[in-house]
Amino acid sequence: MTTLSEDGSLNILLGGAAGQGIQTIEQGLTHLLKQAGYHVFACKEYMSRIRGGSNSTRIRVASSPVAAPLERIDLFISLDREAFERLSPHLAEQTLILGDQNQLPKHPGLVHLPLDTIAEEAGNVRYAGSVAIGAVLGLLNTCLEQLDDYLRQQFADRPTALIAGNRVAATAGYRFGRQLREREMLPTDLRRLASVAGDLLLSGTEAIALGALAGGCNFIASYPMSPGTGVLTFLAQQEEQFGLVVDQTEDEIAAVNMALGAWYTGARALVSTSGGGFALMGEGLSLAGVTESPLVIHLAQRPGPATGLPTRTEQGDLELALYSGHGEFPRLILAPGSLQEAFSLTRHAFDRADACQVPVILLTDQYLVDSVGNLPALDLHNLQPHHHIIETDKDYCRYRITDNGLSPRGLPGHGSGLVCLDSHEHDEEGHISEDLTLRVVMSDKRRRKGELLRREAVVPQWLGSGECEVLAICWGSTLHVLREALQRLRDLPVAGLHFSQVFPLPAETENLLGRASRRVVIEGNSTGQFARLLQQSCGLAIHRCILKYDGLPFSVEGLARQLRTLIESAEWPLEGGVKNHEFKGV
Amino acid sequence: MNSKVYDREGIDISWCPGCGNYAILKILKQALSELAIAPQQLVITSGIGQAAKTPHYLRTNFVNGLHGRALPVAVAVKAAHPDLTVLAEGGDGDMYGEGGNHFLHAVRRNPDLTHLVHNNMVYGLTKGQASPTSLPGFVTPLQTRGVSQEPFNPLSVAIALNAGFVARVFVGAFDQAVTVFKAAIRHRGYALVDILQPCVTFNTLNTYEWFGTHTYPLEAAHDPADRQAAFARACETERLPLGIFYRVEGQKTFEEQLPVYRDTPEPLYRRPLDTSRLQALIAQKRGL
Ligand SMILES: Cc1ncc(C[n+]2csc(CCOP(=O)(O)OP(=O)(O)O)c2C)c(N)n1
Ligand SMILES: [Mg+2]
Repeated sequence: MTTLSEDGSLNILLGGAAGQGIQTIEQGLTHLLKQAGYHVFACKEYMSRIRGGSNSTRIRVASSPVAAPLERIDLFISLDREAFERLSPHLAEQTLILGDQNQLPKHPGLVHLPLDTIAEEAGNVRYAGSVAIGAVLGLLNTCLEQLDDYLRQQFADRPTALIAGNRVAATAGYRFGRQLREREMLPTDLRRLASVAGDLLLSGTEAIALGALAGGCNFIASYPMSPGTGVLTFLAQQEEQFGLVVDQTEDEIAAVNMALGAWYTGARALVSTSGGGFALMGEGLSLAGVTESPLVIHLAQRPGPATGLPTRTEQGDLELALYSGHGEFPRLILAPGSLQEAFSLTRHAFDRADACQVPVILLTDQYLVDSVGNLPALDLHNLQPHHHIIETDKDYCRYRITDNGLSPRGLPGHGSGLVCLDSHEHDEEGHISEDLTLRVVMSDKRRRKGELLRREAVVPQWLGSGECEVLAICWGSTLHVLREALQRLRDLPVAGLHFSQVFPLPAETENLLGRASRRVVIEGNSTGQFARLLQQSCGLAIHRCILKYDGLPFSVEGLARQLRTLIESAEWPLEGGVKNHEFKGV
Repeated sequence: MNSKVYDREGIDISWCPGCGNYAILKILKQALSELAIAPQQLVITSGIGQAAKTPHYLRTNFVNGLHGRALPVAVAVKAAHPDLTVLAEGGDGDMYGEGGNHFLHAVRRNPDLTHLVHNNMVYGLTKGQASPTSLPGFVTPLQTRGVSQEPFNPLSVAIALNAGFVARVFVGAFDQAVTVFKAAIRHRGYALVDILQPCVTFNTLNTYEWFGTHTYPLEAAHDPADRQAAFARACETERLPLGIFYRVEGQKTFEEQLPVYRDTPEPLYRRPLDTSRLQALIAQKRGL
């Protein structure tokens, strides 16, 4: 095997126990390979434990941009027997496996790379990760120079012996990799591009946190919960540089109420959580609704119900985000489809929350927040956030009735007026009222803001050819899996449509859906939540769903295969769509 | 300052005639005016209950939010704009029941705010169920055999958590209450004032007369700096002492410990984003 597959990428799988340093290897490789000029994309799956268990990371290396995981593995580095036993059934015949043959079962594809022994010879078994990094760099024929810089940075405040030891270990791994390369054990036609070396390398978590900063976020109150914690941690580390107020609250109820209090006072607050924590915030969300308070909540999904699978991925909380909070009030739900969107939509979330005085829910998932990739740039135009606030006069009324439903928002201590927020139904000043005529007026006023959110919606992205019989629809983190799957289906009359504003649905939704006679929705849950929403809101049938709810993200080949089977089968209905309870995978 | 600056004319107040809340409203306006705090500089956060309606009855900025959740809102308001005077106000059910966890953790943070709890030992708004401070034996439509649980003792809990200012007043002792409110608001850091207040409709046990005979002022010799003594006095249950039980000055407040206010008290809304710093942070992601 010496030339690349059609998808132009090399796929590396790293497997091992928690605490064995897979994370370190992933971090080292993605940085060094990107710096060498390769496009990279990595995503991981791991168990909810600190030591032991079995975790894995996939790294895609390519000559053109990549942003979705493949099933195919070209190179598997196995750090222990358990990872090997769990992951080897998923390997192809031609997969090159590297690992210690004394620790692993016999396998025809296994090439003996005694990581631990080499590391011990270099001074410490803990350098095994560097051996692995070196081996991959050697296999890909990149130079070792950057590694020195990388190690110096990683171990900046540690003894120099540590750097030297890791270097020796990496060099040994590198020599090993070069030998394999000469034997053409892996494709050698992967090209490097000088321009990629200068790209940004970001995780989903970082993209969201940077988007929050760009959105003017200066207050974060949250309670730790995977996979939402990363954003809180990232911002905590920027506390001093950016003048943020950071608070780890006693619970999620405190977090959402603090965020509301902060917005009331003119700060821009973020709460980051996952499904369980978000569920506790339901009443607070409703409070933001009636008080017309801006609010931004990052809901990083993981599989439920309840504790579910804490470290895995799912798109199972769309309906939670849609329906949580009692009573009726407008809300905006954004679901970024890429690292780029994770940044730009988080930024957008702060602007929308402020401009439209509504809660905004940013719906991501473990797959997206934990994935890492390179991108040339982020959209940094007009970086200074625009604040939608006024200085009050003495007759100020927080809930002044207006045509579009938006009342100018004042802040306490800023002007001569008083700013009164009330969770009861209230009059224009913000005082409790049981005037039932006013109730209707206020209800209508709040609803008008929802219309604004629909009119000014983020436009869905059309993927592939304009002419199609079948439309494959997805939302949130599945954008690039579908995009790439469609590239493998060019012989079929199918196009794609991706939504990153999932509520309220953009006004053009019905038109776009109407371009195809058959519609299939792809989502990471077991009941077709988005399909249901689409069907309900545009009255157009969704004929099938492709669903995945095993805690892992879709893969490009898997999705392409499912779509092909579906499109080529004569069986699927042309009329009527499916009833809600009939949604199921194909 | 005349206390009339806080008056709202022609409003419909939903408290029962004779309710202790009227006295609390008067004490509050008196204390605020003596401290010359302009309504524009004042924020009251409250929860839900008869007590929690108070901010609707005076001229002030306010967030009348959720049952039990006034404290997190108050902590955030103060953290976002430290120059404002912030009060969190509500009933015993609101603050010690539904919001009990926030009470514990607000004390631990030590934000510079005043926590006013109207303690009528009953759930007023929901028509007379027991509250965390209801006394054993108190019979209600729900506690048909009478309350059997140990009453929650907010003062001893606050002292145990080393709250910087812990006091109890009775609405029947107006002058002392005004003095304590003022001291609490002036205190730098978290200040708890538990306010004994009869509920004339749903609490026939703890009446004006009952409070009259079951309370007495802490004697002048009580040293509020003495935590052990304060704790002992807070644990008295036969007759309830009134006054400042515990006071320590100089504890660092939540806001003082936020690096964002190290150099300037400027509220968050007046600070622009440091765009060049953000660009630099993003640019770092291009390197190793
Ligand atoms: C989440 C929630 N649970 C319950 C209620 C109903 N409720 C409103 S006020 C209240 C208790 C009021 O008692 P207290 O806080 O002592 O105030 P009071 O009316 O006695 O002044 C309750 C249970 C509510 N509004 N919200
Ligand atoms: Mg009460």
